[in-house]
Amino acid sequence: MTTDISPAAPSPAPPPTAEARPGQEQSTLQQILSGSWLVSLLAIVLALLLGGVLIAVSNAAVIAAAANIGSAPGVFFSTLFSTVGEAYSALFRGAVFDWNARTTERAIRPLTESLVSGTPLILAGLGIALAFRSGLFNIGGQGQVILGATVAGFLGYALELPAGVHMLLAALGGLIGGAIWAGIAGVLKAKTGANEVIVTIMLNSIAGYLLGYLLKQNWFTHTSSANPQSRVIDESAEMFLLLPPPFRLHFGFIIAVLATIFVWWLLERSTIGFEFKAVGANPHAAKTAGISVSKVTILVMLIAGALAGLGGAAQVLGTEGKLTGGISGSIGFDAITVALLGRSKPLGTFFAGLLFGAFKAGGYLMQSQTGTPIDIVLVVQSVIVLLIAAPPLVRSIFRLPTPVLKRKES
Amino acid sequence: MKKLVTAVSLAAASALVLSACGSGEGDGAASGEDFLGCMVSDSGGWDDQSFNQSGRAGLQAAVDKYGIQEKLAESQGDADFGPNVDNMVQQGCNLTFGVGFLLEDAIQEAAEANPDLQFALIDSTFSDADGKPVTLENAKPLVFNTAEAAYLAGYVAAASSESGKVGTFGGIQIPSVTVFMDGFADGVKKYNEDSGKKVELLGWNKEKQDGSFSGDFENQGQGQALTKQLISQGADVIMPVAGPVGLGAAAAAKESGKTKIVWVDTDGYESTEYGDIILTSVVKQISNAVEDTVGEAVEDKFSSEPYVGTLENEGVGLAPFHDFEDDVPDDVKKKVDELKQQIIDGTLTVESENSPK
Repeated sequence: MTTDISPAAPSPAPPPTAEARPGQEQSTLQQILSGSWLVSLLAIVLALLLGGVLIAVSNAAVIAAAANIGSAPGVFFSTLFSTVGEAYSALFRGAVFDWNARTTERAIRPLTESLVSGTPLILAGLGIALAFRSGLFNIGGQGQVILGATVAGFLGYALELPAGVHMLLAALGGLIGGAIWAGIAGVLKAKTGANEVIVTIMLNSIAGYLLGYLLKQNWFTHTSSANPQSRVIDESAEMFLLLPPPFRLHFGFIIAVLATIFVWWLLERSTIGFEFKAVGANPHAAKTAGISVSKVTILVMLIAGALAGLGGAAQVLGTEGKLTGGISGSIGFDAITVALLGRSKPLGTFFAGLLFGAFKAGGYLMQSQTGTPIDIVLVVQSVIVLLIAAPPLVRSIFRLPTPVLKRKES
Repeated sequence: MKKLVTAVSLAAASALVLSACGSGEGDGAASGEDFLGCMVSDSGGWDDQSFNQSGRAGLQAAVDKYGIQEKLAESQGDADFGPNVDNMVQQGCNLTFGVGFLLEDAIQEAAEANPDLQFALIDSTFSDADGKPVTLENAKPLVFNTAEAAYLAGYVAAASSESGKVGTFGGIQIPSVTVFMDGFADGVKKYNEDSGKKVELLGWNKEKQDGSFSGDFENQGQGQALTKQLISQGADVIMPVAGPVGLGAAAAAKESGKTKIVWVDTDGYESTEYGDIILTSVVKQISNAVEDTVGEAVEDKFSSEPYVGTLENEGVGLAPFHDFEDDVPDDVKKKVDELKQQIIDGTLTVESENSPK
């Protein structure tokens, strides 16, 4: 591998306009990625505060109390704090530890549920993060998750194999499915310069309709049910549970942990990872240094797709057990948020995935117990992204100093 | 503080009054106040102007009538069904409704694991892994043979068409959607037999079970595009069977100026803003079925026997013509009443392979 970046003879400089555009994009992405942990944390805090305001205004009791704020301000504030407090306490109990549960198992189950919800988010988020680090806006997580789930699910009920082997093979199928789907975008970008944002978005739609079509074909679904859903996967293909029922935590979480370590190793310790980052930092410089930008583009997309495909496989083989049209939910899109919140670092993405998994798991309890609209959780998540995409906004709200641009990222 | 106390005591008093009503009507076996009725939506949400909304309205009616407590959970995706139903079970819901066939597995699993609690599933029956129907002791399917009412709608639509072409399209090709389209197709056919005319149906072929679908129950733009296509092919009465996607269809029909819509699930004259172009609606009384099921459970008369809505038990029906009351000829109205009576008597059966079994 040649990574020699000693100043060579000045190569013919590209026209300045052509250079300015990608350079500008690069700096926006890098600005987002190089923000500090503090900004992430403050973004979460701000989003939760804003969420609290929304919980309050969507609650009838608070509104009623607000009408009498002049005569009884105490009532208003106590109603306000108890409403918001109850909602967030339910969110916490649903996500981490439920001290109101009837059994010990049930009390600690929420934490494992957060891990279950977080698993596909971490896997798909790692895929997105890897592409971000290499300067590629991979918006195709959704399509890659769908393809991964489709292939893994199909192999899960169509084959007859011994337990374990079956599961690994089905998961591998999911990995390949996702890799191929992202690979299409990678090849098109590398060979023709097609914008990966547009290609991956289109591939998302194609994947969704492809699954919709397949679920209507009896040869695919292996069931006589007229509803668009597949047969339940064989027991031999299930990702085994790490804890006995009622816990749902499955082997997919171990895969997510391993994948996080793999991506960390890839980016921080491997030569190829260095090339990925070099292309991400400055494709022109990387090219001058002898790195094949098109090879890197294809490879990055293949690995990113493989990770997202594994996320889809974990969802169908571990959590859902069969294919439906909505198997991927919004995992592929949430993964973008997760990658951004995690600053596209492997460990950051892992924890961001857990946080979003916790929001998801906690949202169920918050909604059913306190009647708080589930959309609040969505708003909180969205506000986090909004604030993270605009670090200067967070800094100005909290009057933080503008950081000196870091040269080296860990 | 005083106001809060007043409010609380008022609420408590009204709850007492309500529960008194509830137990007064029942045989006193269970007091409504202690009864927790719960419902989990599919990803359409409570404001889908379709079955989630109807189901929600039914539970609300039960709350008003029996004074029960309620818990609601809206699902945003398929992964939410299991956890949402599980949460209801954990909170001790006596009766949990799942809305839509997608919740079948979640409800079935919860019902098998919690034999002491009761469940109901709207719009689908229960089946095993191979798709064979199964019955559960404590879970009741609420299904609707909408083909019967759609048959009448098809007859009226064909009779009202000036272009000699009527159209339909669905959201996703699932039995609870195509059952409407089958009935509609047969109604059109019946009109052709009676009148000797040749009204053509676009968008659905009953024999081949093939037709137009918008792909989901959300994208109104897609509904608009499909409807424009049907209009350009000459259809002037269109029945969209796609929940809120039908609003896109109604928008396109309104724009064309001479196209009428047959609404489904609820009476579109009341539930949508397109009353002036809605010829009639194929109504599915989900809310009544929900209310009745809660009533049975509160009075300890719950049975897992499927509820099948038909013209006979008024679980399905044809809405009034409203603005088109004068446009629909009297002999057509008379004929529709006759057909309805024949279906109720059983002398006429509307055949559809998608009817609930």
